[in-house]
Amino acid sequence: MKARQQWVAFVTILTREVRRFTRIWLQTLLPPAITIVLYFVIFGTLIGPRIGAMAGHTYIDFVVPGLIMMSVITNSYSNVVSSFYGNKFQGSIEEILVSPVPNYVILLGFVFGGVARGIAVGAIVTLLSLLFTSLQLHHLAVILGMVLLTAILFSIAGLINAIFAESFDDISIIPTFVLTPLTYLGGVFYSIDMLPEFWQAVSRANPILYMVNAFRYGFLGTSDIPVSGAFLMVSAFIVLSYVYALHLLARGRRLRR
Amino acid sequence: MTSALSIRSLRKVYDNGLEALTGIDLDVAEGDFFALLGPNGAGKSTAIGIICSLVRKTSGSISVFGIDIDRDFSQAKQYLGVVPQEFNFQQFEKVIDILVTQAGYYGLPRQLAEERSEKYLRQLGLWDKRDSRARMLSGGMKRRLMIARALVHEPRLLILDEPTAGVDIELRRATWQFLRDINARGVTIILTTHYLEEAENLCNRIAIIDRGRIVENTSTRQLLAKLSTETFVLDTREQLDAFPDLPGYTGRLVDSHSLEIDVEKSQSLNELFASLAKHNVHVLSMRNKTNRLEELFVSLVQAGADQAGGGTDGGRS
Repeated sequence: MKARQQWVAFVTILTREVRRFTRIWLQTLLPPAITIVLYFVIFGTLIGPRIGAMAGHTYIDFVVPGLIMMSVITNSYSNVVSSFYGNKFQGSIEEILVSPVPNYVILLGFVFGGVARGIAVGAIVTLLSLLFTSLQLHHLAVILGMVLLTAILFSIAGLINAIFAESFDDISIIPTFVLTPLTYLGGVFYSIDMLPEFWQAVSRANPILYMVNAFRYGFLGTSDIPVSGAFLMVSAFIVLSYVYALHLLARGRRLRR
Repeated sequence: MTSALSIRSLRKVYDNGLEALTGIDLDVAEGDFFALLGPNGAGKSTAIGIICSLVRKTSGSISVFGIDIDRDFSQAKQYLGVVPQEFNFQQFEKVIDILVTQAGYYGLPRQLAEERSEKYLRQLGLWDKRDSRARMLSGGMKRRLMIARALVHEPRLLILDEPTAGVDIELRRATWQFLRDINARGVTIILTTHYLEEAENLCNRIAIIDRGRIVENTSTRQLLAKLSTETFVLDTREQLDAFPDLPGYTGRLVDSHSLEIDVEKSQSLNELFASLAKHNVHVLSMRNKTNRLEELFVSLVQAGADQAGGGTDGGRS
């Protein structure tokens, strides 16, 4: 398949993915907006003032970047895992498998579909946060870079989950039992400086901590971890997960008999 | 003539140890209308699955218009269109989007994809339904949608797995005519079917597969010539009390106005009618008792089962 044709195939998959999540916006775009407004109201307006300053910032200013990143992570992941598994379940994945589209184009098409939803929800949540606080802007490139890399990483992770999944239960296990705990314990709601040393060390093994902190640095200029290290780590995870996902597609694992 | 599909020593052993294909050879010439027949579990879907990359082969080779799929599957796939047996499109997508998207998978630019989609939706009578969600279509429309989708990149080889399963007779005949037209325009067609009448009506060549091996592969005409006996049902004007004495013919009295008569290929129908006339029996109408190909199919598969020493095979799905 020529490069031009591969580009058309990539745009086709991406367009279909965007069309899917915008068609079902009541399931994909509205719920995270409502959830996050509730977070802003409860943790920002109601409880926030009683908590006081966190890492030198008001609590709502501290918590907003983490909540935006949480939405990006959750939505990137769930878009790809549900779309790809839905294609497997309906058999429509065969439309792509019988076509000449190379595996890496399939992978990138689905991944950037997830990125599109992650960033769309991130943008909605960011706009909503302006109703509750005036966001600072410390380093725009860090914000955009980290949100893009995070969305890519969790979209690939969603694809890997969907490849292995054999039932709808299988696509909810990882988000419920792995992703949610890691996100909640990833410094969204607190600074790890508040934790005893042992738990600080444990927290540093959580990759989401690095993403949240780097993202927060872009807004507030403060971080619990070195920002450059966060970019390196997320990039390394992307490379590893990309290679693994490509390997699974090439082997046809749970896709070709 | 160029070979549209060439299969050599194709073998497939599934993870559970089932040997679905035992090393088959098959050639389909360009322009053929080819039927692949076989009972359930014979290996038809496995063979088709391997050709279109949904099933991984254990060994052997496949070429599509001379292109080895192990060397350049991407190019080979450009020549292939596949219509699966099960509906496998996005049920919530619009009809037009399903076709335009499929064209995109083959690298067709958007404008060309839209033109082709319109062309095939019109040809298959679905243009009025272009903005309907696929799940809202009737069963027959869904099947036509899958044919349109398989044609949108204009393949040279179209493979259809049970294309008229579950559709009414009117639609089946319309589909047959459409496939004949496509074939006349130069598209090679391979179909699997349970309707042997379909294979007899459409296909110029037939291969019969059973237990993962090809037991017959020849022209439809030659295959039908293998039938040694045909059974005819004759409706008579006169009321009959018993089967008349017809030297050289065997048969049965079905009811007071119809006879079943077995006619050997070497026997003349003129002689049969002459014998009946001697008994003052006038024939009002005559028809084949069963589909001829069906008889042959059953006898070939049964012969294969006997050779395998198994008789009937209750173990296959």
